Amino acid sequence: MKTFVWSAWIILSIALASYFSYRMFSSEDKSDFLIGEATHGHFQIEMACETCHSDAFGGEEALQNACVNCHAEELEEAHDSHPKKKFTDPREAYRIEILDARYCISCHTEHQAEQTRAMGVTLLDDYCYHCHQEVINDRPSHADLPFDSCASAGCHNFHDNRALYEKFLVKNANQPWLAEIAKIASPNSSSHMKKPTITLKNSAFTQRIAQHPDIAQHWQASSHAQSGVDCGGCHTAANDKNNKTQNIKETWIEKPGLDQCAQCHKPQTTSFTQGKHGMRLSPEVSNRLHPITPKESHLTFNADSSDIQHGCNSCHNAHTFNTQDAAVESCLGCHADTHSLAFNASPHGQKWQQELTGEIENGAAVSCATCHMPRITHSSNGTEVTTVQHNQNWNLRPNEKMIRSVCMNCHSLEFSIDALADPKLIENNFNGKPGIHIESIDWSLGRLNENAPK
Amino acid sequence: MRKLLTATSLISAVLLTSGCGEETTKGIDPAIYTDSLFAVMKADRTNYTKLVIKRLGPAGAGAIKPDEHWKDLENGAPLPAQMFRAGAEAVADLTDKFTYSLQSEWPINKQNAPKTPVEQAGLQFIGANPGENYYGEETLGDVTYFTAVYPDVAVSDACTICHNEHKDTPKTDFKVGDVMGGVVIRVPL
Repeated sequence: MKTFVWSAWIILSIALASYFSYRMFSSEDKSDFLIGEATHGHFQIEMACETCHSDAFGGEEALQNACVNCHAEELEEAHDSHPKKKFTDPREAYRIEILDARYCISCHTEHQAEQTRAMGVTLLDDYCYHCHQEVINDRPSHADLPFDSCASAGCHNFHDNRALYEKFLVKNANQPWLAEIAKIASPNSSSHMKKPTITLKNSAFTQRIAQHPDIAQHWQASSHAQSGVDCGGCHTAANDKNNKTQNIKETWIEKPGLDQCAQCHKPQTTSFTQGKHGMRLSPEVSNRLHPITPKESHLTFNADSSDIQHGCNSCHNAHTFNTQDAAVESCLGCHADTHSLAFNASPHGQKWQQELTGEIENGAAVSCATCHMPRITHSSNGTEVTTVQHNQNWNLRPNEKMIRSVCMNCHSLEFSIDALADPKLIENNFNGKPGIHIESIDWSLGRLNENAPK
Repeated sequence: MRKLLTATSLISAVLLTSGCGEETTKGIDPAIYTDSLFAVMKADRTNYTKLVIKRLGPAGAGAIKPDEHWKDLENGAPLPAQMFRAGAEAVADLTDKFTYSLQSEWPINKQNAPKTPVEQAGLQFIGANPGENYYGEETLGDVTYFTAVYPDVAVSDACTICHNEHKDTPKTDFKVGDVMGGVVIRVPL
């Protein structure tokens, strides 16, 4: 009996150790080790534990490094109002005892679904109180405001206040709600990239084109054909772009992935992997995960698209690469929430229909991508380079990030703040005027008048 | 014999307590250390205000626009206080052997008002005793610091005009030469 018990114990121990070792080191599914549901920002990579838990004994510093590794750039870009460096001076020691703002996890604790609030914040909404109590005395306009409304009413954000600071409010006050419609810049960043060698001379490709006339027809109308990028530009490995291999079976890639696209579209693929559509393919993720599918998300999607794995071709149809399709049709192919479904009937959607039918010029309408994947223009060596931001989360949360990057291209600051603070208006895709008014501009103008020289 | 033993014991004790003749290492006086740091800070701060802001700003060539939200302007330049803070933050990234900050009893940004008792005493002292510095010790968190407070004097009308006219200033009659605040330098002991 004793031998049996010992044998059973040993076998059971080995079995358990083997099972958990397999789960930990080999399986993509590591849910056995999950201590709680991850936030909407991280649930896609919750099975790649080491992306954040890079060091078992690294403590909060290791976690902080992981946060910074992915989010430092966007915080810098946002002119972060509360960077870590504001809290490292010894004079802030008393504050750190209350709320250690040097570490992201003090406010954004992961795997705490039951206490996670908007923006992945796990503190009560009145966290501003700890450091800014004097505001209720200094600003009569703020005297009766609860501290849980600072960051939830469209007035302030903890990190990104680029569209909300007082001087900006005053500078952009008293503007008509709708200005002249901005013409959206045409993307041109890919034309500045080095192109793959044209491979039309390879008779093997010519043969393939003959075998697939429909694909060839789609390709001939595409921007790829116009730019001289043919089959081999995408369907061969990066190291075989000189077209030396005559036997294309050796180098042929049946379904080109992110790496092939990145050869010419590096900024786009990089930003794609920084957002919800492509984050599982990010090089920052510790282990290989399959691309996200709609059915794995908490949002509402069309049932017939629930199994589509998200890559470049899921929005940019292979061979046609029609960017107009990618700007609306592809989005609505999957997204079926009320905001998305209301697009076509909205003023923005109506404009889009006019652009599709040629009633208005290209670039004068608003698509899904206009707001959620805006075109960013910057100067590079004296040339204006415009790139489509493929991180759909870049300006999504908090939504005041959209004010300067998108809304103010056509609308006033006041209208933009009010519209983005109105949940009903967001739900019906901005079909109408804001039903609420945020008083931040009024108060800023009031303070300006109070302090004007008599 | 007893005398011999006593003498031997005394000699041994002296030798032992003197480290067998080894020279003791003398550290730099914290006040000299912070005075030296302040000299560099003051020189840089004065130069930035006079040579850059005054010379190239609206009162000079008009080539740059010093502004609190300078990142939002193509030709924006950090205000002298922001430049000073940027230096302090960059130093904090390089070393934890000392920290420094700019504070005032009349801050435009309320977060720059004195917080600790030593800061409050120091700023009051340098305001009441022009030309003098203040030195003290304080424990913040679990660390004891040597804290020095130095007067931050208005070196140019670029300082006084901006502060006097700012809508958030609690004091509107600064003159060139006034103590507008203090530089607080801390060294962990």
